Amino acid sequence: MDNALIRGLRLVGRLTVDGIWQIGATTRFMGMVLLRSGMTFRRFRLLMDEIYFAGALSLIIIIVSGLFVGLVLGLQGYETLKRYGSAEAVGTLVALSLVRELGPVVSALLFASRAGSAMTAEIGIMKSTEQLSAMEMMAVDPFSRVISPMFWGGFLSMPLLAAIFSATGIFGGYLITVVVIGVDAGAFWSQMQASVDLREDILNGVIKSIVFGAAVTAIALFEGYDAPPTAEGVSHAVTNTVVTSALAVLALDFVLTAFMFTGV
Amino acid sequence: MSSEALVEISNVDFSYNAQPVLKRLALRFPRGKVVAIMGGSGTGKTTVLRLIGGQLRPDRGEVTFDGKPVHRMSHAELYAARRRMGMLFQFGALFTDLSVYENVAFALREHTRLPEPMIRDLVLMKLQAVGLRGAHALKPSELSGGMARRVALARAIALDPSLMMYDEPFTGLDPISTAVIGNLIRKLNDALGATSIVVTHDVEASLKIVDYVYLIADGEVVAEGTPAEVTRSEEPFVRQFINGEIDGPVRLHYTAASYESDLGLDN
Ligand SMILES: Nc1ncnc2c1ncn2[C@@H]1O[C@H](COP(=O)(O)OP(=O)(O)OP(=O)(O)O)[C@@H](O)[C@H]1O
Ligand SMILES: [Mg+2]
Repeated sequence: MDNALIRGLRLVGRLTVDGIWQIGATTRFMGMVLLRSGMTFRRFRLLMDEIYFAGALSLIIIIVSGLFVGLVLGLQGYETLKRYGSAEAVGTLVALSLVRELGPVVSALLFASRAGSAMTAEIGIMKSTEQLSAMEMMAVDPFSRVISPMFWGGFLSMPLLAAIFSATGIFGGYLITVVVIGVDAGAFWSQMQASVDLREDILNGVIKSIVFGAAVTAIALFEGYDAPPTAEGVSHAVTNTVVTSALAVLALDFVLTAFMFTGV
Repeated sequence: MSSEALVEISNVDFSYNAQPVLKRLALRFPRGKVVAIMGGSGTGKTTVLRLIGGQLRPDRGEVTFDGKPVHRMSHAELYAARRRMGMLFQFGALFTDLSVYENVAFALREHTRLPEPMIRDLVLMKLQAVGLRGAHALKPSELSGGMARRVALARAIALDPSLMMYDEPFTGLDPISTAVIGNLIRKLNDALGATSIVVTHDVEASLKIVDYVYLIADGEVVAEGTPAEVTRSEEPFVRQFINGEIDGPVRLHYTAASYESDLGLDN
């Protein structure tokens, strides 16, 4: 009884201390990443390489997933809206769902598992094989040369990927409802245009994708940098990146949605 | 006082977590000399090099490079100091996503604005010095262990540093390569007017090329002197280390509970 109480208290205490330590360490880490970003923007090539790595190489999975999500949304939306006799509103439904929610959220989840995990593995392996140490001893700061460019590459890629996801999703919705089912194309597009608001819907979606991109990239880089320098250490860190990013994206999505769309 | 020693380690204590590694360690590395640090595995030799490079901080005492304490330098000062250092890592630490050529060119590209043909000449010269000019297009994963260390050596000397630190330069090399690398260490040092620190187990190869030897055991200097003095020494641990005898005052084992109690034989 006493023991259980003490153990419980200890657990709470440890989780609290660990949590605070983790937040502090991540913040300090991100501070270094941002402070040492100068080289990233002075040497455009570094940034381009990382955008290619994080963005261009994620394109396939983003486009294919976007297309399928759009196809499903179109089907489901059409079936539901038909019951109320407003099947032409399916364009609005598809576009709003994608731009406000699914685009930023699903592409952030895909981005975490495709690019985030690769960033964690790369940094973790560079650390465990002393490549980062070697760089330091060659008077090249790994934060400036490797970590900051990766951060900015991910940060800039994510909103673009989310936009591409939404666009292919809308195209998928169009394919299934207009081309296959036969909803009127004019109604599909005009209803969509009339009801999607640039600021309220699109801008908020873009803000979400920027926040998610920053969060996922920061988590991925910190996990890699913080990984114990062993094979298990790195593989554990990669798993952590995917799990923590997913939770962070979903939690942040709730908070952002509450602020943006309910006027809290 | 510190002007003739490029690197000076005075009364340094260092521990990893709670495990003390170095105790009141004092070493001097005079300018222009090649100094060997010898000692058993796990005695803290690599740790000494990391303290000099500012990658670790001493718990107590001071490490100075060119008269300035390394652990009190600002970020910019530390990086300026590191530009004058070259370090051969014990396990090579080559950049695995870059070719041999690009590994050696890395520091040149980062720190100079030399035109590409000149970078190419410099890289090929450094690779020629370690006998691997022919391997410039290979990836590190296509090299043998000994080749990787030689590439790492070529990379470390790319900027002609004034302090060279070699962590086990002879490990994994055949006798001919050992002699070649040994001569190279000496020649580089003298040609560049550099100062070199060679961490090694290879008594024979290093005694031929160094000016001074520190023998370390348990984080302390147990013997020092010129190669001639060391080979003539009658001190038991020096004899033990130089001749590779199993019995003697130097312990092989990492601090542990007694063997009997670990095997459960004591009760
Ligand atoms: N990152 C670390 N964390 C904790 N302990 C460490 C760490 N690195 C080294 N040690 C410990 O410090 C001691 C000295 O290590 P160091 O690498 O300096 O030895 P060394 O003299 O270079 O040995 P070797 O000749 O085998 O390379 C060892 O006992 C080792 O267990
Ligand atoms: Mg070592």
